[in-house]
Amino acid sequence: MPDLAHRSAAPSVVSCERFTEAYRWMLLARVLEETMASLYRAGKITGGVFVGKGQEALSVSVGTALKKGDFFAPLIRDQAGRLAFGEPVIDTVRTYLGSRLGPMRGRDGNVHRGRPRTGQFPMISHLGAMISVVCGALMARRFRGETGAVGATCLGEGGTSTGAFHEAMNLAAIEKLPLVMVVANNQYAYSTPNDRQFACENLVDRAVGYGIAGYTVDGTDLKACLPLLEKAVASARSGGGPQLIVANLLRLAGHGEHDDAGYIDEALKRSPLGVDCLVKARETLLEEGWATPETIEQWRAEAVRQVEETVNTVQREPAPDPNAETWTALSTDRLIDGHMAR
Amino acid sequence: MITYLEAIREAQAKALADNPHVYIYGQDVGAFGGAFKATKNLAREFPGRVLDAPISEDAIIGSAIGAAIEGMRPIIEMQYADFSTVGFNQVVNHAATLFWRTEVPCPITIRLPSGGTSGSGPFHSQSMEGLYATYPGLIVMTPATVEDAYSMLLEAVNIDDPVIFCEHKYLYYHLKADCLPTEALPVGKARIARTGRDVTVVTYSAMLHECLAMAEELAAEKYEVEVVDLRSIKPLDTDTILASVARTGRLLVVGEAWPWGGVTAEVVARVAAEGFALLDAPPRRLNAKDTPIPYHPNLWGTHRPTAQTIARATRELLRL
Repeated sequence: MPDLAHRSAAPSVVSCERFTEAYRWMLLARVLEETMASLYRAGKITGGVFVGKGQEALSVSVGTALKKGDFFAPLIRDQAGRLAFGEPVIDTVRTYLGSRLGPMRGRDGNVHRGRPRTGQFPMISHLGAMISVVCGALMARRFRGETGAVGATCLGEGGTSTGAFHEAMNLAAIEKLPLVMVVANNQYAYSTPNDRQFACENLVDRAVGYGIAGYTVDGTDLKACLPLLEKAVASARSGGGPQLIVANLLRLAGHGEHDDAGYIDEALKRSPLGVDCLVKARETLLEEGWATPETIEQWRAEAVRQVEETVNTVQREPAPDPNAETWTALSTDRLIDGHMAR
Repeated sequence: MITYLEAIREAQAKALADNPHVYIYGQDVGAFGGAFKATKNLAREFPGRVLDAPISEDAIIGSAIGAAIEGMRPIIEMQYADFSTVGFNQVVNHAATLFWRTEVPCPITIRLPSGGTSGSGPFHSQSMEGLYATYPGLIVMTPATVEDAYSMLLEAVNIDDPVIFCEHKYLYYHLKADCLPTEALPVGKARIARTGRDVTVVTYSAMLHECLAMAEELAAEKYEVEVVDLRSIKPLDTDTILASVARTGRLLVVGEAWPWGGVTAEVVARVAAEGFALLDAPPRRLNAKDTPIPYHPNLWGTHRPTAQTIARATRELLRL
């Protein structure tokens, strides 16, 4: 049987510059999310905090492979990819702290943030829902005769169980859209382990079913993720149609900061899946001679300073004012039903 | 003569011709021309802009949202309103929330072939306008005339917010007009379809024609029934309703949807809250029965309100 999907393509040549840039985004994401988590524990953040610990190598590889003019619909564990794609740190902090000056202005919070006009699509909570939206944006470019844009979106393995995932992957395949679908197989969907989520041997086998390219990758290894995502994005950009990437890794945190993740199997934590991608990437930097421990420590200190300064700024910003809120969900003023507010 | 269905086809043709950002996406809408032929010949007349979609309502509507973000103005045909439940999430949680969350408008038009026809049964007959109207961020149109089907669909495509366009299948072939309108009431304004001084009957979509038939029947009994056609249920033109009730003192609201909540309950609630002193009798409402929609004509004809059952309810109200 031809092995259509299990292409774990590994042109493993990564430049020092690419690797270093990606590592620094990962580091900034880790520091930023640790800070959000501590603000949450201190009661400064309402709602929840959702971190991507253990998934930064995969996520950043998506963000750095994309370029301006592309679309990126991240999910909840994509702080690193968001930063690399161009989301400023202050957007994260403002949305978590509910600043009126943030992109969501207190109307939505935490990971539900973005700027659609610059290709940063703000997720809704319903898993799989963003895939078809990215497809539509790519269709729009095609309608206008513009080629060359790629749309990428991320999901966990649990999200692949939705009808929305299947519908959108099939649609993307029919339209041969330049879609890069990144599945972080982090072994648990909230608390549900993979053996209660899907029964196929490897999720990447589904690529064959859709008639699209599929790849697997070690999601703990930045050195593997970076070239694979570059390859997939390049392939999509050059007319190769949708690309499915399944990365194997382990979520190194709870579903959210409210969750102690006591359900995660200890053996998995000790397995290669449980390796912290940031630690592994640091080792690569040192082994390759791309950075010294002192340099890395300096990068961390810079990240900490940037995050602290941003938090200090945002904490002085105004909160949303219910009296200043328009309380209308429509852009067309003349169609607002005035009697609803009475 | 032009039918309600042809008016919908013509409105789409004009929208495609007027604006290069308009496209049509839905099941069988391409070369086949749609399950009801609402897109007949459009794929040929507008190459590459009228596309067949897979049977994937969620992805169809999701893709429309993404295209709208990128400046397109998609017209989505759901093959039947009933099937829009499969795409419900994208409509109510995504399209409807986008502008409020991001300040980026979501100009999509979702056409829902709605309502009952004889023999269509539980899954090809539903009236879902009330369900969609519950959600903030949506416009819900329910045209009852050929003229409104045309002008409101054109307006829907030009509105920067998501529009749920409930076109009634019962009216597709039977309802005819001499020509297409050149001007129209704006969306959001109800229309007095028949003037009268004894009772106000508020309705919309196919039920308008049952109510007009009933009004004619009661005219023979010397009752003057005023009939209000809502045209859009969100926004709901409460002022026109209240003004009519102020003239008649009596209110009956008729809808084809199910009785729990919905448009008729909303109208009664608004009149009770804002126009209680105008009423000479308790406001009444008449809806379909609280069961799935039956297949057999004998059952279906009794399940939904008809001119006869509306006449009975109106007479009772007039005697109060």
